[in-house]
Amino acid sequence: MATHLPVLGGHPEGIGATTRADRWWVGPSLTFALLSGFVVYTTWAAFQGVHYFADPYLSPFYSPALFVKTGVAGAPEIGGFHGWFGEWPSWWPEFLPASPAFLILAFPGLFRFTCYYYRKAYYRSFAGSPPGCAVAPLAGGRKYRGETGLLIFQNLHRYALYFALPFVVFLSYDAFAALFRNGEFGIGVGTVVLFINAGLLAGYTFGCHSFRHLIGGHDDCMSCGKNTMKFKAWKRATWFNERHMLFAWCSLIWVGLSDAYVRLVSMGIIHDYNTW
Amino acid sequence: MAERRFRIWRGNDQGGDFEAFDEEVSEGMVVLDVLHVIQARQAPDLAVRWNCKAGKCGSCSMEINGKPRLACMTRMNIFEADETITVQPLKTFPVVKDLVSDVSWNYQQNQRIAPFKVKAPGPDGKHRMYQEDVDRVQEFRKCIECFLCQNVCHILRDRDGKDRFVGPRFMIRAAGLEMNPLDDRDRVPEVRAEYGSGMCNITRCCTEVCPEGINITDNGIIPMKERVVDRYYDPLRLVGRKLFGIRKRKEPESYTVPAQPQPRSQNTTKGSNTAKSKQDE
Repeated sequence: MATHLPVLGGHPEGIGATTRADRWWVGPSLTFALLSGFVVYTTWAAFQGVHYFADPYLSPFYSPALFVKTGVAGAPEIGGFHGWFGEWPSWWPEFLPASPAFLILAFPGLFRFTCYYYRKAYYRSFAGSPPGCAVAPLAGGRKYRGETGLLIFQNLHRYALYFALPFVVFLSYDAFAALFRNGEFGIGVGTVVLFINAGLLAGYTFGCHSFRHLIGGHDDCMSCGKNTMKFKAWKRATWFNERHMLFAWCSLIWVGLSDAYVRLVSMGIIHDYNTW
Repeated sequence: MAERRFRIWRGNDQGGDFEAFDEEVSEGMVVLDVLHVIQARQAPDLAVRWNCKAGKCGSCSMEINGKPRLACMTRMNIFEADETITVQPLKTFPVVKDLVSDVSWNYQQNQRIAPFKVKAPGPDGKHRMYQEDVDRVQEFRKCIECFLCQNVCHILRDRDGKDRFVGPRFMIRAAGLEMNPLDDRDRVPEVRAEYGSGMCNITRCCTEVCPEGINITDNGIIPMKERVVDRYYDPLRLVGRKLFGIRKRKEPESYTVPAQPQPRSQNTTKGSNTAKSKQDE
């Protein structure tokens, strides 16, 4: 049964057609530029495999460093939290740089890719489905199946969450570890950068819609008249969830800046002001 | 007082076109006020549906400069001084006349949703529910059924999807019943198979246009999608249910949709404002 109405009411039809006269395209364009820029920078940074450590700072793109290729510029020594499984493996293909980022970036990447907020962001800005409210889709002629066809995998966002949750612990540990250099307590600009990074990532992760559902939202009777742990946790997650977009952008931008900061300090291009 | 130019779509289900009106606008006026002045002074046959003029009845939904809005809540001072204001009927529903649309398709969707079925009372013979548990359900009760969310939803508006998705308004109605601690009916299978929760790609336009500020996407549709995932897509839960029968729920009893009147059809060719015979719904 065709349910599409013939166009009456003076509504234009066609790709991206709209009567809107405001600058509705600014938001999707900015999103497109920022997300593209982040993907390009992250890919470039992951391919470097060097200058990801400036004692005591470890770039969040490389944390945890499961294997470490010692002897390369800006890589940590094996020990403590670095190089869980030792020296870089010999089976690693030659054509790929020995970069610990390759082993872990997929997990936070998948978490963001399947995130309910980012879905809105890239469905609008990359797929144009639709590019704006009351703006015709960019591929309106094709059969639309929403998230029932190829995109059905988005339903597994909670599994991406399960793999992303440990990264809140890893990056928090990195921030605390950045308070000590050679066993001596101190603080530097890098320490503050890594603490902010861990805080923003935690704010983003604990505001996840799947997290909010799993800790309490699935239940109709969350409190049943009592101030249960489940209800308290759901309320806290709701606070973060209401700010999910804010945390999504701030954590995305800050994690890129954190990597850039550690990289530049490691390369000796900028000086890290600290108490050591 | 300042003169402002309006472009108002005039026509019916056979076709129509924009007509320009210049009218004096004074401080504090909303678009609906100006439409009434135009009606009084220049076009007495201009059709506008309205009722409360206070953003509570949901009658004066239309598209103003391309955005779905309530005319009674759209103040004239949000527009630039020299901006022409374009007023159109809702795109998603058939035109009756001028700015009035036939939204009866929505009432048919409403009838598809099984009504509230109360659970058995507690041991003391009383039904109890707690305010903190129903706060999230009460948010959905603010809906004034203006159908702006239905109008802006691209699945209904541009994707030919009225037979596959009930739309945001009825997703939150289903959510309000499904999350109600005293509702006994299992609505998750219907939300997935009948109401089309998987069709929504959560681009949030419904939330953006809601004049009541209901967080349709985050508090209504996404929690419903997550309940559908619990039941149908989470592999660990599926295996758990197969092996141990965890949280096995009985199939919901069937619900017979009441007999419905046929909706209005619109007899024109797609992409044109001229009349031709075509049955669309």
